[in-house]
Amino acid sequence: MSKDLSEVIGRVLPAPENHLSPELLDQARKARRSFMGKALAMGAGAVASTAAATKALAAEGEDAILKLPEHTTGLGQPVAALGYGQPSKWEANLQRRESPGLTRVSQASVSFTPLQGVFGIITPSGLHFERHHQGWWDIDPSKHRLMVHGDDGMIKRPRVFTMDDLMRLPSVSRIHFIECGANSAPEWGNVALPSVQYTHGMVSCSEFTGVLLSTLLEMCGIDKKKAKYVLAEGADGSSMTRTIPLDRAMDDVIVAWGMNGEMLRPENGYPLRLVVPGIQGVSWVKYLRRIEVGDQKWATKDEAVHYIDHMPDGTHRQYTGIQECKSVITTPSGSQTLLDRGYYNITGLAWSGRGTIKRVDVSVDGGRNWRTARLEGPVLPKALTRFNIDWVWDGKPAILQSRAIDSTGYVQPKINQLRAVRGTKSIYHQNAIQSWLVSENGEVSNVQVY
Amino acid sequence: MKSKFQQTLHAVALTAVLATLGTGAALAQSKPWHDIGRDAKPAEIKAWDIDVRPDFKGLPKGSGSVSLGEEVWEGKCASCHGTFGESNEVFTPIVGGTTKADIERGRVKNLEEGSSYPQKTTMMKVATVSTLWDYINRAMPWNAPKSLSTDEVYGVVAYILNLAEVVPADYVLSDQNIADVQKRMPNRNGMVFYEPLWRVDGKGDVKNVACMKDCPTDAKIRSSLPGFARDAHGNIQEQNRVIGPVRGADTTKPAPTAPLTQKISVAAPVVLAQAAGGSDAKALLNSNSCTACHGVNSKIVGPGFNEVAAKHKDKAGLQAYLIDKIKNGGAGVYGAIPMPAQPQVSDADATAIAAWIAAGAK
Repeated sequence: MSKDLSEVIGRVLPAPENHLSPELLDQARKARRSFMGKALAMGAGAVASTAAATKALAAEGEDAILKLPEHTTGLGQPVAALGYGQPSKWEANLQRRESPGLTRVSQASVSFTPLQGVFGIITPSGLHFERHHQGWWDIDPSKHRLMVHGDDGMIKRPRVFTMDDLMRLPSVSRIHFIECGANSAPEWGNVALPSVQYTHGMVSCSEFTGVLLSTLLEMCGIDKKKAKYVLAEGADGSSMTRTIPLDRAMDDVIVAWGMNGEMLRPENGYPLRLVVPGIQGVSWVKYLRRIEVGDQKWATKDEAVHYIDHMPDGTHRQYTGIQECKSVITTPSGSQTLLDRGYYNITGLAWSGRGTIKRVDVSVDGGRNWRTARLEGPVLPKALTRFNIDWVWDGKPAILQSRAIDSTGYVQPKINQLRAVRGTKSIYHQNAIQSWLVSENGEVSNVQVY
Repeated sequence: MKSKFQQTLHAVALTAVLATLGTGAALAQSKPWHDIGRDAKPAEIKAWDIDVRPDFKGLPKGSGSVSLGEEVWEGKCASCHGTFGESNEVFTPIVGGTTKADIERGRVKNLEEGSSYPQKTTMMKVATVSTLWDYINRAMPWNAPKSLSTDEVYGVVAYILNLAEVVPADYVLSDQNIADVQKRMPNRNGMVFYEPLWRVDGKGDVKNVACMKDCPTDAKIRSSLPGFARDAHGNIQEQNRVIGPVRGADTTKPAPTAPLTQKISVAAPVVLAQAAGGSDAKALLNSNSCTACHGVNSKIVGPGFNEVAAKHKDKAGLQAYLIDKIKNGGAGVYGAIPMPAQPQVSDADATAIAAWIAAGAK
């Protein structure tokens, strides 16, 4: 720092053009007992709650209150200045991001939801994670068709539906999470990622609107005795295909056009996608063009080469699809920094592909002792569930963990318990308890503890 | 003697049953929305029903030789996957890691514990030859899916199988002999089905208990992010909200060394700069998949754009030359791997990209 610290004592420096540098923060930490340190923190636009800082703060109060800003004294923007509203410019940091090095082709890649910054259980549509296999499209909905047909007479009446047809049908609106089977995948062996956006950001939760697949299958005259499986296929270049068991297809699977009150976003399958609650995202086929009914599984590329679990004996488990019970603390979380000691509301998300979240426990001592968190309503089946718990940080190192239990009684496992069964070579279905280390310097980092 | 009430109940029930029968066998037909949509025509079903199952249901008649496959491969596949399907540059390798012993056994040794083989190639994993046929037919080539003829798909599958030593170099793969080839797939016995993770009412394979107090753990840190990876995902400070109980750490700098003992209230928000100006051409490079094979400043499969710009600096008619190369492909200028034609790039995009390269690719 080039500026003589004595210069800043007793007056407010203009806020730095960019931000408070780590050096400044570090100096403020080190010099905490000195008058100069307090003044430094003050000078960088900080408000310290000590007597000295209070002295530095003008006796009358702070400028944010005493000096009326332009937005209080001027004329604001008109209605409909933005035909479709945008987040505040101050929120520009919360964006979907790729994980550098994860993939080399951005058309066959992933962008992660910034879970560190979202509230409640609904993911804003513009922050919903993306996974494309061959790039995304914005398809003309008037030309989109859905075909339902079957092998060997398993569908008596093969049908074609336009979007007009589908949207006339009886619809449901339901809140469900979608999680990529590869969420948290890079951490089977060791810690690899800095923040919850990259460790867990391939999960999102939306209200989906559409017609139940069972309604369409009944309309088309499905032979429920002969039919055993359904193949869903997309209309994009990859024409993604996945096998879905018939009991799922006839239960809560939705052929959806709506997402959070509007149409699906193009990145999420506009104008039509499959919603397969509780099952990994790859089965939620986007740009859905075809449903075929059959009596054997298809072993498509994404169920024969990818989305298969590599077991220690060298075999691969094929057709695993349930996203088992999982949770993660989103604040405080990896690569965040606490600004003070004292009270924090630890908050996070829990979900289960088998049902509802029954309970979430939180530990701040690396899993030795646990307290039960508050579940914020609504608590819905196969949906994200928000939990909160009070915590007072005493400035000592702490290891934060959350552990979810679902309505089947299944308890979210530790990473070593997962490894004991599935080894470390697997890529998919990693639902271990996540640990965040809060260091004495206030920084939170990703660690593995069990 | 039944009561009058019981008789009435019986009559009501019988009437209901008769009514159901009378309106037709399928309950669905009684739904008022039953006739929404229209019947699919056979030609329409044929056009879209392209899936091929492991029992080869759906496989069209046809055949293709290894040499036909090689020809297609060199023109349309090698640029991403390498001449021998071995490339790890753009996608994970297709071929490699399998042996003659694997073909005998139907299990791939390199997938087992203790293997030091660095990759899991497609041929190591895939158990069903139908999967290769189906996927290549539906989704390849990368930028022109579904453009291969049926015989070309057979040929490309044959070429891959030959590279993996499943079939000899003079093999002609067809719908007649593909079932024989299935019996030689190196990992054909390597798949298991674990039903509890497929059925929603299954019980998982990993058990934990909800201990609450003095639980068995030494709370030891077994793994943490190495220091050199601190900023591998960019500056996390610019990936967190500018208000609230926490901030993102500035990962461009080392972590603070001193303990936090005093409140730090950072008033100046760190908001990410919006996409920098002059990035229009770069956005086009992404949206047109150019960056799959070319870095701005680095060779990937093809040369970096900076290398292209430097090589042709001051060349007359450079922009038109580059538009032609983008649209029609080229070979031999930067090495053996050809650049496939990119007909999907619009004229406007090709012009803008060519202009950007001609101006120095910066």
